[in-house]
Amino acid sequence: MIKLKVNGSVQPLDIDPGTPLLWALRDHIGLTGTKFGCGIAQCGSCTVHLDGEPVRACITPVSEAIGKQVTTIEGLHSPAGKAVQAAWRELDVVQCGYCQSGQIMSATALLERKPRPTDADIDDAMQGNLCRCATYVRIRAAIKAAANKSAQVAGRKMG
Amino acid sequence: MKSEWIANLSRRRFLAAGVATAAGLTLGIMPVTRAEMRKSGPGFAGVAPAVDEVFQPNAFLRIGSDNRVTVISKHLEMGQGTYTGLATLVAEELDAAWEQVRVVGAPANAKRYRNLFWGEAQGTGGSTAIANSWLQMRKAGAAARNMLVEAAARQWQVKADEIEVEAGVLSHAASGRSASFGDLAEAAAQQPVPQEVLLKDADEFRLIGKRLPRKDSAEKTDGSALFTIDVKQLEMYTALVAHPPRFGAKVRSFDDKVARAIKGVKQVIQIPSGIAVVADGFWSAKQGRDALQVEWDESEAFRQSSAEIVDSYRELAKQPGTVARNEGDSEAAMAQAAKTIEAEYSVPFLAHAPMEPMDCVVRIDASGCEIWNGEQMNTGDQMAVAGLLGLQPEQVRINMLYAGGSFGRRANPKADYVLEAVHIAKVMPPGTPVKLIWTREDDMRGGYYRPLYLHKLKAGLDGENRPLAWQQRIVGQSILAGTPFEAMMVKDGVDQTSVEGAANLPYALKNIHIDLHSPQLPVPVLWWRSVGSTHTAFAVECFLDELAAEAGKDPVDFRRELLAGHPRHLGVLNLAVEKAGWDEPLGRNRGRGVAVHESFNSYVAQVAEVTVRRGVIYIDRVVIAVDCGVPVNPDVIEAQMEGGMGFGLAATLASELTFKEGRVVQSNFHDYLTLRIDQMPEVEVYIVPSTEPPTGVGEPATPVIAPAVANAVYAATGQRLRQLPLRPA
Repeated sequence: MIKLKVNGSVQPLDIDPGTPLLWALRDHIGLTGTKFGCGIAQCGSCTVHLDGEPVRACITPVSEAIGKQVTTIEGLHSPAGKAVQAAWRELDVVQCGYCQSGQIMSATALLERKPRPTDADIDDAMQGNLCRCATYVRIRAAIKAAANKSAQVAGRKMG
Repeated sequence: MKSEWIANLSRRRFLAAGVATAAGLTLGIMPVTRAEMRKSGPGFAGVAPAVDEVFQPNAFLRIGSDNRVTVISKHLEMGQGTYTGLATLVAEELDAAWEQVRVVGAPANAKRYRNLFWGEAQGTGGSTAIANSWLQMRKAGAAARNMLVEAAARQWQVKADEIEVEAGVLSHAASGRSASFGDLAEAAAQQPVPQEVLLKDADEFRLIGKRLPRKDSAEKTDGSALFTIDVKQLEMYTALVAHPPRFGAKVRSFDDKVARAIKGVKQVIQIPSGIAVVADGFWSAKQGRDALQVEWDESEAFRQSSAEIVDSYRELAKQPGTVARNEGDSEAAMAQAAKTIEAEYSVPFLAHAPMEPMDCVVRIDASGCEIWNGEQMNTGDQMAVAGLLGLQPEQVRINMLYAGGSFGRRANPKADYVLEAVHIAKVMPPGTPVKLIWTREDDMRGGYYRPLYLHKLKAGLDGENRPLAWQQRIVGQSILAGTPFEAMMVKDGVDQTSVEGAANLPYALKNIHIDLHSPQLPVPVLWWRSVGSTHTAFAVECFLDELAAEAGKDPVDFRRELLAGHPRHLGVLNLAVEKAGWDEPLGRNRGRGVAVHESFNSYVAQVAEVTVRRGVIYIDRVVIAVDCGVPVNPDVIEAQMEGGMGFGLAATLASELTFKEGRVVQSNFHDYLTLRIDQMPEVEVYIVPSTEPPTGVGEPATPVIAPAVANAVYAATGQRLRQLPLRPA
């Protein structure tokens, strides 16, 4: 029996440790916010956080997640994550929405690492996340809006 | 005031039907959380109705005693904003508060939910959702408002015309009384359904024309939105299918011993399209499929390569085709021309590659068949499944879920992946839900592509550099041949989707000849966002630019002179070039290009600014002007212009699906290249004010970018690139 820590709770799993984390989350734990898009780490739809780092769950075996904190879109509660989701709603970034969990997980990881990203930082962090609806203009704007909001909050706290 | 048919079932009958639908949706869905049970949105509509929706005046809305307005969308939400748009139309005439409105997907039922532009069929496509629903949805809202007002008038013993309705509240100034929709829902249900209703004038609109927030944003940002791939049911299995490596190949034999031994694999079944592996989840099904040994009979398989197809099309283009448009005498005019130019344009096969690969959930039992799908062709799929199973169409219940993109792929007259899922479910024990999932490789290699097309063009200028004649020969597979649409949309041997955007060339030319060859290939083809315009706009708008250059004229001035009788084309052209600063000089290696095109009765002009450096095209800025009639939601229109352009930009710069000896070369996003964030330009969108009835915005931005960019590359480098994707030297 494998024990995975997902969104703060321990999930026992009776599966082959080579199973990709994506399918453990979706088929065995029932967390379907993380999406399947390519299966070869080319589209980013399956992005989750392992100990805060963005990884592609479609090529990450469950064995690599043992002993680490797995965070999915359903468990995204950090201030940066909340700011990103709020900015996404504020700007109505989504169209079909299928890739957006992955976009939000990548964007959150970026802001947690770099609270005031440049355009080049955004391109670097987000170019692995495909969106066939091409919502990229708004993704970029929403990341900047979330960064500004987080910075203001941080500023108020410090002041 | 116009009167129009409203799906007007008697209340009793509708309630009964509503209950039946709810029961149908309830079957087998495993509620995961309480929050999910309470959820609105497709797929969950019937799980646990939060309240008694006591007021159901017609097929398009329900109002509960909790004051919630539920709009039933007859169209698929695949990203284009249809749920938001249709709800806006209903809420406008209902005078609802936007916050009290939610949207659910309609069941498949052509009688109630047909696309008014598609005869008797329900479905979403051709950028028709808002256009065909414009009056219908408003009338549905107005009828309900009328009944609420009548109910209040009775209760308060006042005159109906003294009652005001605003943001979900009815009030009577003189008596000081007021009530919410929820308060009056039960009483409103007792009122007769009006046969005719009065609609608002445009200056009375409170919601139409506003930047209302999308109805699907919240659930698409927290992971809770339900797509087909997310459907959970008790005792459900997942199926993957091994498809033949070439179109036209068949299974000769297979050995499933190793596959069946894999933990979780339940069943291996031969179906018409290949070998299905049914397992307890995706990963076991995938391992099972990988372990299959299949020997394919490729004796009748397709074996051509893309280059051979282009060569054969080029050969075919030497012969006259079937005439799509003929005006004047283009041959005689060409003979008199002072100058003539000729060019060949071509575009490759393209996959739609929506982010959610093809998938479908099917459950068959004695009562019929239930389907969960990002359902784009509701009636077509319903009929196809009924035909396969020997059922009545109404025994095929289809739950229309959110689609993770489609771009045309899920609207397949051949119902390919839906029927594949049904073939698998029908050999499973009755009542067993089966979820078919295609991998990205299956999707990329599974056919139904935008066809490869070749255009040969010739034009002549007179002694004063005025265009005299235009000849265009189009070669490419017919999308509609062999489908139920053939009778409707193939006229005199010309598939209208092959020539749209060329046969209706708006430019003032006295001598025009356009003809078509529709060669047959075993490669399955399908409409791809903006359909014929994906190639005709590229050929026409680039060649017109060549003609302008030959005439020594500015591309904008040249177009303006030829568009005198086309005010809406001119309107977007002028707006885009003005906002782009057309005449402002750009630096070295930089250029600006323009294109203007009408598709689906919407008009779009784009100006692209590019930099070309060491053989790479960088798109710096794109300015878009659109005229789509009354702008129902400017923010959704802008989003569709940005995204539709971006979708076309992928095909302009990168996407290409090729064949080598009959096999599809590409397999996934590492070799089938699409647009990434670092390639997305700055985009500005301008909407032409209009009082014309609204037209679609899902597709019309897509075809305009390729010619705008190609023309900009010419301006920057002097190179004419006539093949997509564009590859500068």
